[in-house]
Amino acid sequence: MSAVPAPGPRRKPRPNYLLSAVAFLASLVVFVVPFVFVALTAVKDRRQAADLDFSWPHRFRLVQNFVEVIRARDYLLIIAYINSTVLTVASVTLMTVLAAMVAYVLQRRRGRWNGLVDFLVLAGLIIPPAVVPTIWVLQRLGLFRRMPGLILVEVAFGLAFCVLLFRAFIATIPRELDEAAVLDGAGPARLFFRVILPLLRPVIVTVVLVQSVFVYNDFVNPLYFLPGEQNATVQLTLYNFNSQFSTQYNLLFMDILLITIPPLIMFLAFNRQIVAGMTAGAVKG
Amino acid sequence: MRFRPLILLAVTGLALSACSAGSLGSSDDEGGGKVALSFLVDNSEDAARIGEQLARDFTAANPDITVKVETRPQGAEGDNLIKTRLSTGDMTDVFQYNSGSLFQALAPQKNLVSLDDQPWVGHLDDNFRTTVSTGGRTYGAPWGGFIAGAIMYNKAVYARLGLQVPKTWAAFMANNARIKAAGIAPVIQTYQDTWTSQLFVLGDFHNVTAAEPDFPARYTRNQARYATSPAALKGFRHLQEVHDAGYLNKDFASAKFDDGLKKLARGEGAHYPMLSSAVSTIVANYPQQAGDIGLFAIPSDDAARNGLTVWSPAGVYIPTSTAGAKLDAARKFLAFIASPAGCASTGTASTPVGPYAVKGCRLPADVTQVAKDTQQYLDRPGGSSLALEFLSPIKGPALEQITVEVGSGIRPAADGAALYDQDVRKQAQQLGLEGW
Amino acid sequence: MATTTMRRTPAGRRATGAPAPGVGARSPYPYWFYLPAAVIYGLLFIVPTLTAFYFSLTRWTIFDAQFIGLDNYVTFFREPALVSGLTHTLVYAVVTSGAKVVLGMLLALLLTSRIVGRGYLRSVVFFPVLVSTIGVGLTFTVLMNPDQGLINDALAVTGIDGPAWLTDPRYALLSVALVDVWKGVGLATVIFIAGIVSIPREYFEAAKVDGAGAWDTFRRIVLPLSRPATVTVILLSLIGGLRSFDLIWAMTRGGPGFTSDVIASVIYKQYQAGFYGLSTAGNVVLFLVVTAIVVPLSRLLNRKEVDL
Repeated sequence: MSAVPAPGPRRKPRPNYLLSAVAFLASLVVFVVPFVFVALTAVKDRRQAADLDFSWPHRFRLVQNFVEVIRARDYLLIIAYINSTVLTVASVTLMTVLAAMVAYVLQRRRGRWNGLVDFLVLAGLIIPPAVVPTIWVLQRLGLFRRMPGLILVEVAFGLAFCVLLFRAFIATIPRELDEAAVLDGAGPARLFFRVILPLLRPVIVTVVLVQSVFVYNDFVNPLYFLPGEQNATVQLTLYNFNSQFSTQYNLLFMDILLITIPPLIMFLAFNRQIVAGMTAGAVKG
Repeated sequence: MRFRPLILLAVTGLALSACSAGSLGSSDDEGGGKVALSFLVDNSEDAARIGEQLARDFTAANPDITVKVETRPQGAEGDNLIKTRLSTGDMTDVFQYNSGSLFQALAPQKNLVSLDDQPWVGHLDDNFRTTVSTGGRTYGAPWGGFIAGAIMYNKAVYARLGLQVPKTWAAFMANNARIKAAGIAPVIQTYQDTWTSQLFVLGDFHNVTAAEPDFPARYTRNQARYATSPAALKGFRHLQEVHDAGYLNKDFASAKFDDGLKKLARGEGAHYPMLSSAVSTIVANYPQQAGDIGLFAIPSDDAARNGLTVWSPAGVYIPTSTAGAKLDAARKFLAFIASPAGCASTGTASTPVGPYAVKGCRLPADVTQVAKDTQQYLDRPGGSSLALEFLSPIKGPALEQITVEVGSGIRPAADGAALYDQDVRKQAQQLGLEGW
Repeated sequence: MATTTMRRTPAGRRATGAPAPGVGARSPYPYWFYLPAAVIYGLLFIVPTLTAFYFSLTRWTIFDAQFIGLDNYVTFFREPALVSGLTHTLVYAVVTSGAKVVLGMLLALLLTSRIVGRGYLRSVVFFPVLVSTIGVGLTFTVLMNPDQGLINDALAVTGIDGPAWLTDPRYALLSVALVDVWKGVGLATVIFIAGIVSIPREYFEAAKVDGAGAWDTFRRIVLPLSRPATVTVILLSLIGGLRSFDLIWAMTRGGPGFTSDVIASVIYKQYQAGFYGLSTAGNVVLFLVVTAIVVPLSRLLNRKEVDL
């Protein structure tokens, strides 16, 4: 184990080639092979896929399998993509703005509410949501089994984490800025939306990325709060297809592959920001 | 102008959330006096085929009514979905669901439309009618025919090894020993699909009532239990015995239902305790081998009292949320299902395995071996009984996990039975039954 | 890491050093900013959490709720299947968070050391974090198939007879935990990397001057100074582990039998069966377990200051 972290740029010691090679090989076996396996199985024909082995496809059926998965159950996957997109965009937008507003006032104003809000934020991080009572509330509100209901649920469950990230960041924005804007005659709403919100851009990127991945991949909440096949999100199609495709692994894996594409794009586009942002929030605690 | 961003946000949010894609492609109002019914069935291959065939044949006879088939998950998840959709009032116009205890749990008086005013109700088989009735009212039309819960076996294997159909458990185990010696898995189990593990217990019920005729009544009143009734405990014992004797297929823990059918059809396994409706999947997927598959009742201690446990067909129901022109159309649809034309339609979509529950419906002449074997038991007086779930409203939801444990050697039979009794108790309390 | 992003905040052109305005009758930070969030959070999180305590005392079917006192809790703690769910939850949480701390730290050390292809390695370790849990679960269910699966095929080549990962009651829970670690270790690694990178370089140089070896450097400098990161990883993965459901449901559904059931899957099964009161009682138990473990632990971990 060479445990010495990166030393300064002044002297560049020789990289440890042996360790690099070992790490590279291990990463291939542990992390890359499963994804390659998914991709290979997704393009096999039904019979070869049933062998479940790691082999080169006899025949490439990329297009056929793709079309078959898309068309399964009356284009359920397309509906699911639409549902997932609506869910992710709406809930992440809402929770980002609302959490920023809360974090802003919470950080700026010392008052009688601070203790309570702090407590609630902490509670939101720790407490597992009570499922059936939530359904009960949604039914009362007429939102159970409806997309707006699920969106609000995602917002409610995601707020605490967002508030935490925003608050740490807002603390670094100088108060003088607010004061100047107030002197210019800006009201609270204008001050926040016109002056503060644009300054939050870096942390907004982080919050949006983290929460989008989270909401998009969420399986439990749609399962409970938006049941029903026509309401399926992409994660649920995976689950539904699992029973239907119990002997058609090629289609199941094609579905997994298709569903992994949006996070993959996110990952390739924003790799740096995600990692930097996560650490920004996490190391602060 | 100060609130513009907020307003913009709210509008975007609302606009987005209003367009849940759930409504994509479904148009309820077709206009022109036409009625479109939605029809929810479970998502097994068989059910989807039957549903589509019924819809097609019904629309052919009633051109101004169309039926759109939707599917739902099977098992506990499907139960839950049905219940929540009923309680929130957004069930489809017509739906298919189990008869018996699961039907009882839907609170039919409150949620379903009574069908006693329909002329066809008088033509229903009495056994079936009781399983879709409660409080003296009838709520369902039959979905296909009666089904046996029994041991499906490969007759080719039996012929090759010169075996006789066993009536006693001892004879069954003796057969198993010889089958194993021939290098074939004697008993197929597929515990990856947990529901398939319950047959040794549920399918043994005829033998339980033959030994203890008052078991169902006492069980419902909390006076008889699986763990303390010697006859009822047998099912769990058998499950453990076949495992302990090493008679299961090697991959019993990871195999699925489809694997089980494949093994049975190909003769890689000799026995598969299963519902006889599975044969229609064998007919569809392994047509050449389908003729090799027969069926016998789960063996008991006493050959004289051995008999078959029978499942009543599922029902097709109308929820109280269906009204107006749709209600009339839905009634017509049910009348079609419960008519000889409906039976014929079902039979085209899926190989019949047992008699229909409508008087006047005949099985085709070229029925499967499984249907013939079933009929022999039904023709014999005292040769068959309805399964417990049709005689008592109680069925514990965790039975399939418990039978997997007993059948995999994780939990001894007696423990499993006692655990199931606790599970049953929970269910009975939920139903608010007397004496629990 | 954190501070580098934050320093980018522009000073603002209009900030001309004007005297601070007194917070008058109208604060520029109005409390109504709390309102929209409070309504959603209150209705869909606080109300359900509080009413859960009441509903857990009822026999609750779809159509009515009847008060039955503590019966649900009695049932919960009397039934072996439910109690084992409790122990499985603890085992699962401890195993996954322990493994994530140790492996995450090792990987972070590796990925901050002088090796070739660091960028590639960091990406590849982190990517599973973003992938759907259900997708990962289904993939590994196939890979872990005892007879046909790739893992046992590979082990067979090296002469090892691989276990029946998911269908052997002894290993099922741990196999799922293993996949959980595979999927989640990337996040722990990234947090540790941030912790290590933020340690001032002078410490390492001083250690080098003192002739400290790699192990001493790790024990005396890296470990104590990356403590905030360690605390974060422990708490995050412990909370995640205690509440975990998706992966277990996708891979074993709590099986074989009840051998990999955790509280969250028990709650879901009771919900499916229509035992809403019992399911909610399970929720309350989970809530108490998580709080009883996480709150004192976070107090303890956060209290001890770094002494260097």
